[in-house]
Amino acid sequence: MDDAKLDALGQTIVSALPGAATGYRVAFNQLTVDVEASKIVEVVKYLRDDPNCRFVNFTDITAADYPSREKRFDVIYHFLSPTLNTRIRLKAQADETTQVPSLIEVFPGADWFEREAYDLYGVFFVGHPDMRRILTDYGFEGHPLRKDFPLTGFLEVRYDDQEKRVVYEPVRLNQEFRKFDFLSPWEGADYPLPGDEKAGPKV
Amino acid sequence: MNEQPENLRNFTINFGPQHPAAHGVLRLVLELDGEVVARVDPHIGLLHRGTEKLIEQKTYLQAIPYFDRLDYVAPMNQEHAFCLAAEKLLGIEVPRRGQLIRVLYCEIGRILSHLLNVTTQAMDVGALTPPLWGFEEREKLMVFYERASGSRMHAAFFRVGGVHQDLPQKLIDDIEAWCDPFLKVVDDLDRLLTANRIFKQRNVDIGVVPLKEAWEWGFSGVMVRGSGAAWDLRKSQPYECYAEMDFDIPIGKNGDCYDRYLIRMEEMRQSVRIMKQCIQKLNAPDGKGPVVVEDNKVAPPRRGEMKRSMEALIHHFKLYTEGVHVPEGEVYAAVEAPKGEFGVYLISDGTNKPYKCKIRAPGFAHLQAMDHICRGHLLADVSAILGSLDIVFGEVDR
Repeated sequence: MDDAKLDALGQTIVSALPGAATGYRVAFNQLTVDVEASKIVEVVKYLRDDPNCRFVNFTDITAADYPSREKRFDVIYHFLSPTLNTRIRLKAQADETTQVPSLIEVFPGADWFEREAYDLYGVFFVGHPDMRRILTDYGFEGHPLRKDFPLTGFLEVRYDDQEKRVVYEPVRLNQEFRKFDFLSPWEGADYPLPGDEKAGPKV
Repeated sequence: MNEQPENLRNFTINFGPQHPAAHGVLRLVLELDGEVVARVDPHIGLLHRGTEKLIEQKTYLQAIPYFDRLDYVAPMNQEHAFCLAAEKLLGIEVPRRGQLIRVLYCEIGRILSHLLNVTTQAMDVGALTPPLWGFEEREKLMVFYERASGSRMHAAFFRVGGVHQDLPQKLIDDIEAWCDPFLKVVDDLDRLLTANRIFKQRNVDIGVVPLKEAWEWGFSGVMVRGSGAAWDLRKSQPYECYAEMDFDIPIGKNGDCYDRYLIRMEEMRQSVRIMKQCIQKLNAPDGKGPVVVEDNKVAPPRRGEMKRSMEALIHHFKLYTEGVHVPEGEVYAAVEAPKGEFGVYLISDGTNKPYKCKIRAPGFAHLQAMDHICRGHLLADVSAILGSLDIVFGEVDR
């Protein structure tokens, strides 16, 4: 589908769902529609059932974390329409307490994807019958894909030969975790270069 | 022995994580009513390595090897999705020879995956010979992987903008020589399984998925084709040079395990057909040329050039320390991996590392329907269904 057709499709969707779909854009030949998180079920039902859309194939649910924003998460949905041979991306903003309605009634396939978004980001879906963690360990705490979650995590696991069981301990790094940042200082690195902090104030 | 009904309860058993038919580290909690499955609760995540988190900390080049370790049965198909996503953001087109090599190796990956799946599915339902025959061919294919990239499995051969190195002519000739004898092996497997009474009893009408359900459960690839949808991303949304390849898409009628098996068998033959065309095009005059874009801001200069040119040396240094700056934007790129639609959703913030990289694995969507498909089947069918879903835990758990 070319950009003009996607543009027309986006326009149709936004005008058909006032208050639920707030805007759209076409970039890289892909259509993105902004939606209100509380109205997501309505939008998805429309997309699935409208004869001009037929987005019947559920593809993906995920989230993205922007900690500096007031509503820090984007909840991102992907659907595919085999009839139109095109994809659509829906974006809804949410924060840690927003209750995003679950899609499980419309698409049963949303089940694990919502559990995953909850597990890794802490986005909360209401109406989901089984909101357990899915990928992380039994009894895991925190949401690892959030930007403020450290790469090394908090707990490490090993088998203790004396106790004859697996023990959890706080992460102990023999060497401080090194973050290599090779962003060139001429192209927007906004921190002092390593070593520069030793230099006194310039006279 | 007149037991009251309220004293009866369903029997719960644990299937896996250490079970050969679990195809990896799957733990299924099965609730059985006699021998009939009443509920399936798959516990996944035992192989979770935090790939998406790690990729956020790495440059685009460093992220590629993680994709080999997702579906480790067909490594290069995964790299392909990531490279396509990054290339879309960068707005670059891969040179023709690079495209042909990519397609050639993606089809090798497809055969690798289908060979493993078809033969181990046969093993799950009781046949021991198919894996022995199939793995011999897989071994030969892995040698082709090794001769191109240096490693048998975790190739890291694709690059943003092409592939790492050109193929030697001898390798191309050897792959060509492998094609026709392999079709005989497929025929042998076919004779061993397709009409086999036991194999059919275990697979026909087991795990039927109607097309409507297949779409809304998020299925893709063989799982929707088995239910009768003529849907293949290589045909419907062609990427690379698939548009000019001549091949057929087999589809099933009944959506059961047996149809999915038949489709995989036919797809292997079609893959060989694509491979032969690739080789023919690689040997044609217009198939010669560079294998990776010649823009040194994206792809490193050749070694020989670096010995002579200062600029090439600087480019090389910048690429391997700082990496490529990918323009801001978000993109979803999907390929038809052997197991279904493998998608990469990439958000770039304009720096040298992805801001977010979501890996949409086909196996994840397929496995979540286990409960739905298995209910009402017998315990023995669970392993047949699991086999036909084609699950690899590297990509399910990520």
